[in-house]
Amino acid sequence: MIETHTSLLLVVIPLLAAPVTAILPNGRLPWLLTLAVSWLCFVLAIWQFMQVMDGSVISYELGGWEPPWGIEYRIDIVNAFVALIVAGMAAVTLPYALLSVEQEIPKDRISLFYATLLLCLDGLLGIAMTGDVFNLFVFLEISSLSSYTLISMGRQRKALTASYQYLIMGTIGATFLLIGIGLIYSETGSLNMVDLNNRLPAVFEHRTVHTAFAFIVVGVGLKLAMFPLHLWLPNAYTYAPSAVTVFLAATATKVAVYVMLRMVFNVFSTGFAYVTPTDDMFLLLGVFGVVFASISAIGQKDAKRLLAYSSVAQIGYILLGIGFASALGLTAAVVHIFNHALMKAALFMAVGALVYRIGSSHITQIRGLGRQMPWTFGALVIAGLSLIGVPGTAGFISKWYLVLAAIEQQAWVIAIVILAGSLLAVIYIWKLVEALFFQPAIDDTKSVREAPLSLLVPTWILVLANIYFGLNTELTVNAATIAVQVLENIPQ
Amino acid sequence: MDFIFGHYNYWIVIILMMAGFYTVISRGNLIKKITGLNIFQTSVFLLYISIGNVEGGTTPIIAEGVEQYSNPLPHVLILTAIVVGVATTALGLALVVRIREEYGTIEEEDIHKQDESL
Repeated sequence: MIETHTSLLLVVIPLLAAPVTAILPNGRLPWLLTLAVSWLCFVLAIWQFMQVMDGSVISYELGGWEPPWGIEYRIDIVNAFVALIVAGMAAVTLPYALLSVEQEIPKDRISLFYATLLLCLDGLLGIAMTGDVFNLFVFLEISSLSSYTLISMGRQRKALTASYQYLIMGTIGATFLLIGIGLIYSETGSLNMVDLNNRLPAVFEHRTVHTAFAFIVVGVGLKLAMFPLHLWLPNAYTYAPSAVTVFLAATATKVAVYVMLRMVFNVFSTGFAYVTPTDDMFLLLGVFGVVFASISAIGQKDAKRLLAYSSVAQIGYILLGIGFASALGLTAAVVHIFNHALMKAALFMAVGALVYRIGSSHITQIRGLGRQMPWTFGALVIAGLSLIGVPGTAGFISKWYLVLAAIEQQAWVIAIVILAGSLLAVIYIWKLVEALFFQPAIDDTKSVREAPLSLLVPTWILVLANIYFGLNTELTVNAATIAVQVLENIPQ
Repeated sequence: MDFIFGHYNYWIVIILMMAGFYTVISRGNLIKKITGLNIFQTSVFLLYISIGNVEGGTTPIIAEGVEQYSNPLPHVLILTAIVVGVATTALGLALVVRIREEYGTIEEEDIHKQDESL
């Protein structure tokens, strides 16, 4: 009974909890409810993941309407994997959020803040669950609108302009997606992903389908911060409250990548991307993204902004994996979605802990703090090593598969770019390490205490996860391999 | 000629879409940007409604003597999209209000200048 409803519960529980949270009195109660909901979702997501781990598919018909007429939630391993990442990151971020949010958000807005966070979680989970392209657009807008609100709650006034900028670009992206969906509907008369996959090949030559494809790729590209459509991301991540940055950096762009994979490979079927120059475009933009964003990251003076640019670079790696158009490349992309969520969340958490203590993430302000906050510093170093891709960390696994995929295609230039990107990552992570550890503190007389436990524990959970998934690749790589078979439509 | 006049609603869609998109990109006034965004979104609503129209079809209400109906689904879809559009506009305008409270201006250039002077 409940097995069949898991997918729906994952969407309904946060959606119902959000208004309840909004009317709770400000204080710790809204946080407690949000925490409970996110942990419940995490448990459900794990359970769901176990059920589809063997490659089976759960189909849930909303309101009992048969697909393709009704909305169908169709859970295969790809959905379940993304839902697991989203729910898992929410579950780790919320314990961290308590103190960080109390410090950064005005007291009278705390319950509204958590209500919005729940809506954002709901939107992201909904995108992961749904098997209907229009439903996907609606969930995308739920998550986007709530993330604009969350970003605008940052302490500095620049958070407002960052949020506005994101709103404009995000809405253009979502509207592009809407145009694309409308055009494929006009060609096929269907909105169900599986149904579309069956109907679209018959009309592949039509120009409408090509136009739709272009609109969808660009629209989703805006959402996932594909270079050069990434301009909203650095500001949004820099000025958002720490907990929001952690959550969004770990989930929002990853879910958008999932939408891209789903649209390109399942809705339009694999062949379409290879016939059109899409795969080459992904490679080109991936290369430019890795190089340009990594170099930009080196020049940044704010630790959060530096990491935000690094996120754009990491999206570049994922795009490279997609662009290789091979099973190995896709596996690398899917593994990197997971691993990047782990490392970037850990890094933003460590920087958030610095912000919690000194109120700034500017590189001149954080000088010398590494010795005063050894645990935070340690977390930052290990997560940074993972970002670089040092063996023994999660980052190494995804880079390894990516390089293998490049060698398989004999794309030597791209293999070199991947390695060069790692070297650039060494430089910008070193910049943080140097400021934190090797430069004298601004004010030697003032001692800064180590971050509180409720900030450190979630950070270290993620740091240890980075090491664990770097040593034990069974879960991630196996899941990714099966996911790639689903994406490429290989019968089980 | 038939191609041009037969698809006149699509031409309107394209003109509105480009006008809105251009406004978003070219204007520095935050309210005007939102207005442009609205026009841009509205053009998509028209696109969906045009798609749903069936030649010779009537309103999709069962009536005697009528056999051809327009497709109501795109219209229903666009109702949802209109709601999303309204929410986006409301949030955008709310942000503009907050920006004006903090910066005292809603011109993009002035905001940039203030941010840089810090």
